[in-house]
Amino acid sequence: MDPSVDRIAQPWGARTPYGRHESWPARVDTYLAEGVAEDQVERWVQTASILHSDGDAMDVAVADGRMAGVRGRAQDRVNRGRLGPKDLFAWQANASPDRLARPLVRRDGTLVECDWDTALERVAARSRELLDERGPGSIGFYTSGQLFLEEYYTLAVLARAGIGTNHLDGNTRLCTATAAEALKESFGCDGQPGCYDDIDHADVIALFGHNLAETQPVQWMRILDRLEGGDPPRLVCVDPRPTQVARRAAVHLAPRLGTNVALLNALLHEIIRTGRVDHDFMAAHCVGFEELAARVEKCTPAWAAEICDVPAAQIGAAAELLGTADRLLSTVLQGVYQSHQATAAAVQINNLHLIRGMLGRPGAGVLQMNGQPTAQNTRECGADGDLPGFRNWQNDSHVADLARVWNVDPKTIPHYAPPTHAMQMFRYAEQGSIRMLWISGTNPAVSLPELSRIRSILGQDRLFVVVQDLFLTETAQLADVVLPAATWGEKTGTFTNADRTVHLSDKAVEPPGDARPDLDIFLDYAARMDFRDKDGGPLITWHDPESAFEAWKRCSAGRPCDYTGLDHARLRGGSGIQWPCNEQALDGTDRLYTDGITWAHPDECESYGKDLVTGASQEVVEYRSLNPDGKAMLKAADYLPPHELPDEEYPFQLTTGRTVYHFHTRTKTARAPQLNAAAPDVWVEASTTDAAALGLGEGDLVEVGTPRGALRGRLRVTDIRPGLLFVPFHYGYWDTEAGHAPGRDTPGRAANETTVTDWDPVSKQPLFKTAAAALRLVERGDGGSAPAPTTTASAPASAAGAGAVPATTGGRSALVTESADPTWDSPRKEAR
Amino acid sequence: MNGITLALRVLHHGEKNLAGHLTSVAGRHRTEHEVHHVALDLAGWSRVHVQRLSDTADHYGLNLGDSAGTPLAQLLSAVTEKASEAVGHRPEPGLLLLRDLRELHLAAAENSLHWEMLAQAAQATKDDGLLDLASACHPETLRQMRWTNTMIKNLAPQILTGL
Repeated sequence: MDPSVDRIAQPWGARTPYGRHESWPARVDTYLAEGVAEDQVERWVQTASILHSDGDAMDVAVADGRMAGVRGRAQDRVNRGRLGPKDLFAWQANASPDRLARPLVRRDGTLVECDWDTALERVAARSRELLDERGPGSIGFYTSGQLFLEEYYTLAVLARAGIGTNHLDGNTRLCTATAAEALKESFGCDGQPGCYDDIDHADVIALFGHNLAETQPVQWMRILDRLEGGDPPRLVCVDPRPTQVARRAAVHLAPRLGTNVALLNALLHEIIRTGRVDHDFMAAHCVGFEELAARVEKCTPAWAAEICDVPAAQIGAAAELLGTADRLLSTVLQGVYQSHQATAAAVQINNLHLIRGMLGRPGAGVLQMNGQPTAQNTRECGADGDLPGFRNWQNDSHVADLARVWNVDPKTIPHYAPPTHAMQMFRYAEQGSIRMLWISGTNPAVSLPELSRIRSILGQDRLFVVVQDLFLTETAQLADVVLPAATWGEKTGTFTNADRTVHLSDKAVEPPGDARPDLDIFLDYAARMDFRDKDGGPLITWHDPESAFEAWKRCSAGRPCDYTGLDHARLRGGSGIQWPCNEQALDGTDRLYTDGITWAHPDECESYGKDLVTGASQEVVEYRSLNPDGKAMLKAADYLPPHELPDEEYPFQLTTGRTVYHFHTRTKTARAPQLNAAAPDVWVEASTTDAAALGLGEGDLVEVGTPRGALRGRLRVTDIRPGLLFVPFHYGYWDTEAGHAPGRDTPGRAANETTVTDWDPVSKQPLFKTAAAALRLVERGDGGSAPAPTTTASAPASAAGAGAVPATTGGRSALVTESADPTWDSPRKEAR
Repeated sequence: MNGITLALRVLHHGEKNLAGHLTSVAGRHRTEHEVHHVALDLAGWSRVHVQRLSDTADHYGLNLGDSAGTPLAQLLSAVTEKASEAVGHRPEPGLLLLRDLRELHLAAAENSLHWEMLAQAAQATKDDGLLDLASACHPETLRQMRWTNTMIKNLAPQILTGL
């Protein structure tokens, strides 16, 4: 193996080919800061990546009490030692000189430093005032997908049983809400059916709106390694951009935005028409096939071709691969979840697996993915619009059980309506019924749609805004109180990745200044508020990460996400372990539903389901009559045209997304020099056809406008679908002169200046991938190219003279050691 | 005119009315984004129902006209959209929203009962075409009712306690 690879130029590193049904060989990626030699490292401290949902296990090098580098953990089931570019370089942001080190409070319009007592007393005093004057519905909490399990659980208890508010949600609403909802609709309960090991066994892997190469680069390495080994899988890719996945696919479908349901219905139609249906599996495990078959009967490839603007023959070719696969693995992400009819489309992918009986066996599985590292915990701990432990808010016995765990009266826990989702919370704040919003670990002033509206909500005098973060983000600049938080590497806790693998993340170094772990901040606030249980004892009885984890275990006991077999000590040293992990499954559980559907019974299920078009809730009576025995549910959905379609004024479709080098609003990744240099500023992607028609070329300064607003960026001409524009959503304003918004005379650069406020009525996930837009030239380029990576989906089109655009490289500072580690390569043949 | 043509006429009027009402509610509550978008989708269902009722009525020699849109409702909705944006920061429109959702629910319930009548009459007269029509449309009317009920259930606690 090449000991030294530029991992900006080669984000996925060198290949370690392996054949089907073999185990993935280890490859240990190590990066140490310049000038630090391996023997200078005092300690290696165990953790996992916090910059995507893959859960890449790694150790942090500590030298002189500071972080000095990272190394992948070869023994871990998720990554076998590999790290992605963000894992390798973004840790450097921890030591940025502009980290928040002291709490801030607003005095006479300005944020000024203060001590913790002043800041938290102000938050507690405002909370008490609001509880007295306006009741618990006036207080809302908007959290993250990047805190730890122990922190979400504490927040869920203090918000739901302490304050007694229904308003607690995470920014996971933007990344993973549809995954959870689609699983509830099909299986009655959240819980990832498949696992990453399915990549080792599948003969067909279908990626639906999932740019795996950039969102979870380490699992893409796994697929690349299988593509170079014996009996490689064939890939089906549904994506309107020329992603790395699309470039390696046997069949690539690039549909018009907002037409996923039409495309999927046609694929289901073909599979049913050609008789590739597993009737035995369905008889044993499913309800609803007749309804589904009737609904897709007219959805021929020719019909869908018209709607999706994809050749009917290609739809047929994709259906052929999906229909003849011996072990089919599907993965789903934002191209489905953040697009029109999100849940309806994600559910059709579950249907595909159910009618083909592709579930619960090695290589046959569904991965409804997450975007964020700890999104799974936001979901299971009840900080993401659900009750903790996947309990059903409509089921009184579930609420009573939760009340027993917390020792409170069931009436204390709001359950008269579903927990309020994030977009609705911002609406309540806009309308003035929410008067305090506590935002932890997220940056809505850049990440939510229609930013001028979000800024005007956060900027209201009557809204008391608390922001808990690492940096003075765009959102923090609008806050009344800013709480400096310790982050990954500076605190201890656990988190769970998209395939249910629980990892421990140990504290490696001290946080800067007075910054405190999020858990300590929540516990301090709870103590000041003096929350009590029904016997007058303290509501929150834990005091540190380990005792918080033990409390969570009691809440998770007997639930699908059972953690009772885990503890911090057990997670230290070896590989991460997949939940459920309990007495019956001491080593964890690789796949759910290996022996039938387990959590869909009317008395057990997390949700009675919703109407896939209107989002209307079903009641238990309907659920019981539809699914009395708790089987998987095949739910059909008709295609509906998107709400915003191109017209004369706004002739393009606009989608937003990410690049492999950045995470979210760049608060960390822009502070890592290698990552920032790879993608330093916003750009706009358009197709060669559209660029030629408008007389535009690489590097021209263009403006993208919608009815909501506009942004400017340099143009990159790519092989993207004609009629479509793409803008990365990472870029905000903290590193511009104006600070939190476009300046008076400077144009916007955040993608969300343009996006529409609209969400999937079922999962309540906002739609970032279905808007109409205009494109115009502002100024000719000076011969330079757009600041867009050439290594990824933003690669210049070959026809546009790709040679003229300099390749993205990292140089000496991006050299990473990749070494084999045969200790962990012992053959691990799985029973098939 | 027999009873069936009477029911067709009443239902045609009711669905047309609901389509217009959904459209104007969407306009009036532009800042309630979910209500706005879903109401427009559901207005589409009622417009299809209107069209299918007209087509069926032709078989009975009944002319119900083909105008599914109501220009007045559209004009009014343009005016109210602007008004809704102007009061987007106030809590009082929440009460108006609850009232509008209630009215939509009642209008859909009326239609639902008329679909029930029509389906019963279709069975009594062994009129398969009419039964097919009712079987195709009635479930969507029930879904319109379930949606308004869900929205009221979800929004009422905050609106009524947050004034």
